[in-house]
Amino acid sequence: MKDEALLEVEFQARIDADEKIEPKDWMPERYRRQLIRMMSQHAHSEIVGMLPEGNWITRAPTLRRKMALLAKVQDEAGHGLYLYSATETLGVDRYQLIRDLLEGRAKYSNIFNYPTLTWADVGVIGWFVDGAAIVNQTMLAKTSYGPYSRAMIRICKEEAFHKRQGYEICVTLARGTPEQRRMLQDAINRWWWPTLMMFGPPDDQSPNSPELLRWKVKRKTNDELRQHFVNITVPQVLALGMTIPDPDLRYDEKTGNWLIGPIDWDEFWRVIRGHGPCNRERLQARRKAHEEGAWVREAVQAYARKRQQQAASTAAEVSHG
Amino acid sequence: MAEMENGMRLWEVFVQPRTGKPHEHVGSVRATHAEMALQHARDVYARRGPVVSIWVVPTEAIYATKPGDEGPFFDPADNKPYRHPLFYKVPHGVKNI
Ligand SMILES: [Fe+2]
Ligand SMILES: [Fe+2]
Ligand SMILES: [Fe+2]
Repeated sequence: MKDEALLEVEFQARIDADEKIEPKDWMPERYRRQLIRMMSQHAHSEIVGMLPEGNWITRAPTLRRKMALLAKVQDEAGHGLYLYSATETLGVDRYQLIRDLLEGRAKYSNIFNYPTLTWADVGVIGWFVDGAAIVNQTMLAKTSYGPYSRAMIRICKEEAFHKRQGYEICVTLARGTPEQRRMLQDAINRWWWPTLMMFGPPDDQSPNSPELLRWKVKRKTNDELRQHFVNITVPQVLALGMTIPDPDLRYDEKTGNWLIGPIDWDEFWRVIRGHGPCNRERLQARRKAHEEGAWVREAVQAYARKRQQQAASTAAEVSHG
Repeated sequence: MAEMENGMRLWEVFVQPRTGKPHEHVGSVRATHAEMALQHARDVYARRGPVVSIWVVPTEAIYATKPGDEGPFFDPADNKPYRHPLFYKVPHGVKNI
């Protein structure tokens, strides 16, 4: 039996050589723990993320918009399932993860604790929130853990449509009546800062980052990802004739970066600790969905028992006949 | 274990994108029996084409090599260079052989 220290050296050498780690390979216990934490939070985020937009499916303004929104929300359910599946490869049980979410022990992305007040919010979520998710997930598609990486590749292929349908909604509103333009600007103002917080605390306040970078679980820092998102999104906002709610925002000729003003991290921590506008409502909605689905789970089990009994009695008949 | 509580076993899912292509592992689903696993696999892993065929296999039915087997288990392949065409010498200038 090799000792832990040697195994860790070999493990790091594999990571450094850009090899993928697969479920049955030896891995440090902390690597496994960190992945379970990240991947289950990611899975929960996809599931809870259906709620703010699901809220608008019945009120979508046209059939085209309604079909697109339904398909998008269904994709998010699928993303949650890809990720629960990938997390199970680390030796945890998805039903336990779901219980952790329903009983308030698990985290999910802060962004879904904000309300969707108008139809413009649906457009801005697809554009900003899915746009930010794409930046993060494109990086995670290269993560060192094989099953996570493969799930991310599938997800990234589907996200492009989420972002474009959102931007299309915003383009339509931007070309609309003064009231529609006001509605769009209001949604941009409310979603801009929470979206920038999605990338997590700044690098100097992100204690997990160095380890995750060393193991190539993450391949870019929070601030790098955030800057990239800002750089691609600012011109898209300006192209609609809209503004960004940041008086300090300026273009830096030297680096080619759009530099933002200070982020209100107190708000971020407040929402994480459960005091965002919708934390309670989101969990309640998940619990309600789970309880209302109880009869389906019971029916599935009754059916499974019946099949077993039928199989057993057929076998008995054959042996007696 | 929860899978025992509710009878929802783990199934590995393999999809074939086109006829002639191999089935490829894409992930897993939970289900009490094979038909249910197939339906879930369709809903989760085949929302967008192209998919022409899906296999589901109970996870515990897969018997696999262990990572530690790499050396000894696959060794025989390494010491048989005579299985490769370049092991055999052909006079200079002879073509298409
Ligand atoms: Fe997402
Ligand atoms: Fe998603
Ligand atoms: Fe999405």
